[in-house]
Amino acid sequence: MENAPQPSPTAATDDVVIVDVRDPADTLPAPPGDLLPGALRVDLQIPLLDANDRRAAENRATFAARRIQALNFVSSPGAGKTTLLGRTLDALAGVIPCAVLVGDLETANDARRLRRPGVPVAQITTGGCCHLDASMVARGAQALTLDGVRLLFIENVGNLVCPASFDLGENRRITLVSSTEGEDKPLKYPPMFSSAHVVILTKIDVAEAMDFDRALARENIRRAAPQATIFEVSAKTGEGLDAWLSYLRAML
Amino acid sequence: MHELGIAQAALQHVLAQAERAGAARVGRIVLRIGELSGVDPDSLRFAFEAILPTSAAADAQLEIEAITAVARCRSCNLEYSPGPTALFECPHCRALGADILHGRELDLVRIDFT
Repeated sequence: MENAPQPSPTAATDDVVIVDVRDPADTLPAPPGDLLPGALRVDLQIPLLDANDRRAAENRATFAARRIQALNFVSSPGAGKTTLLGRTLDALAGVIPCAVLVGDLETANDARRLRRPGVPVAQITTGGCCHLDASMVARGAQALTLDGVRLLFIENVGNLVCPASFDLGENRRITLVSSTEGEDKPLKYPPMFSSAHVVILTKIDVAEAMDFDRALARENIRRAAPQATIFEVSAKTGEGLDAWLSYLRAML
Repeated sequence: MHELGIAQAALQHVLAQAERAGAARVGRIVLRIGELSGVDPDSLRFAFEAILPTSAAADAQLEIEAITAVARCRSCNLEYSPGPTALFECPHCRALGADILHGRELDLVRIDFT
């Protein structure tokens, strides 16, 4: 530990002044504080995400009992979750029973886009909430007919920060990053990548036009998510989709 | 971004404990927040300041124990502080990937009733 490089919260790197708001003085460990006479101290140790974690465990058990594999798709808005899911459904529906839950702040547009014959779809409108949580997924799943469904695709709210903290009870977390974003997205938003089972680099058909360095992006994904399986796809041209679909089939 | 929800969850626990203890006044609320919890202490404090005044814990002081992240390298077992990012590269052997030992905490630790 002694040799570990310590982050410097406020520092000038090259010519850029960095103000790291994560380490202001008032977040330093608080003194234990004297207990006033007659006061009552209650030690609790209650995890504040406990309610979500418990509900996520219930979801996981429910899915397992029904032999459903649930996948939680997360990314920034516009990275291509809905388009990739649409192509995935086109390829799998009729062969593997699928269902979809899709979360957005407002509108049912994505649910409409993902409607396919024989595929139950429900839109979860969070009304401003920046992520899906396990109880929203439980309610959404109750609204669907899941008899015989083997793959449940959950499209999270487009947000590369908050959904990382909320377990939904999924079997796999799939993080998307598109070649219209920067190659360094994985380094800027590490939790969403470090918790991913799979990272999919999307829109690779426009990578060259965007001057997007795919090798550098892969290296950054590998650094932020060394555990993850990486796919590169274009939902538009179909490039790379076969490997992704094989991965899904192998989950069953 | 979701600190308000976290603050509300904490306050619910606090008020339930106050009722159970038959306490008149909540003097101090102590939370523990890990660097990797995804919760920003300043935002959480701001959220508390928004919801406390209209609650039965209006006078409560909020204390935050910040927990430094500690990771253990999966290759050489070195325990190191990755800093507040979730990028894990061992400073000794440069291997990527680590088990997080500390830093994900997001707990209501203690309440002082007066």
